[in-house]
Amino acid sequence: MPRLSVWFVRAALIYLTLGFTFGGLMLANKGVPIHPLIWRLLPSHIEFLLFGWTIQLAFGVAFWILPRWQTQRGNVRPAWAAFLLLNGGIWLVVAGSWFNWPAWTLVSGRLLETAAVAAFAWHAWPRVKPWVEGSP
Amino acid sequence: MPPITRLFIKASLLYLVAAFFVGVILVLRPMYDLPAITAGFSPIYFHLFMVGWVMQLIVGVAYWMFPKWSKTQPRGHDSLALATFWLLNAGLLLRVVAEPAQMVSAWTGWGWLIVASATLQWLAGLAFVANTWPRVKEK
Repeated sequence: MPRLSVWFVRAALIYLTLGFTFGGLMLANKGVPIHPLIWRLLPSHIEFLLFGWTIQLAFGVAFWILPRWQTQRGNVRPAWAAFLLLNGGIWLVVAGSWFNWPAWTLVSGRLLETAAVAAFAWHAWPRVKPWVEGSP
Repeated sequence: MPPITRLFIKASLLYLVAAFFVGVILVLRPMYDLPAITAGFSPIYFHLFMVGWVMQLIVGVAYWMFPKWSKTQPRGHDSLALATFWLLNAGLLLRVVAEPAQMVSAWTGWGWLIVASATLQWLAGLAFVANTWPRVKEK
């Protein structure tokens, strides 16, 4: 597994742990009320599991297994940029929801996430190609 | 395909069908006088889909396809993988029953069953991460 995939997948596993922890707390709070503030975890529960876990895992696995050129994965800079932008965006959105930051933080977070998926699409697009004999 | 992966993928397919079935009940609710218990089906629908189908499919395929951990234990600890399966499914099925039931029944036990469901699913997540983390490595 290439280094960037390791970063993507390990980050995804961390988000899965956080997302499941928050989800477990909210579900338990539904069964036996613990504290009303626990409901404020809902946006981060969704953000961590949808973007942090699912999308990040998909990016990590795609970077690893999409067709290559001999041993090369093409222009990897946009894929690294996608990793940084996605995680920056997730934490901006989550911090905004936790600390009641102004709405522009949410907009900025979403813009970073949008840039991340665009950057990954830019990287992955040429790798979605027909199989050629001799290529992996 | 290893037997544990088959277990995860077949279970995930059952959840996919179940999620769509619950989705049909949800669209019928405004049209027909369905039992009051169906009012609690929205979170059930979403989690049957995301935990039962998406998560479980990912777990099954990751167990199968991720880099081998070692020659003697290529897929890590099978006991952890099996624990993930049973904890996740017991927790999710408990939620499917207890969460809507709590909305229509005064029995306080439903609340504690929901707490048990949350704990089981959380432990399943931890077991999956613990077994998968060492397999995520550079070649």
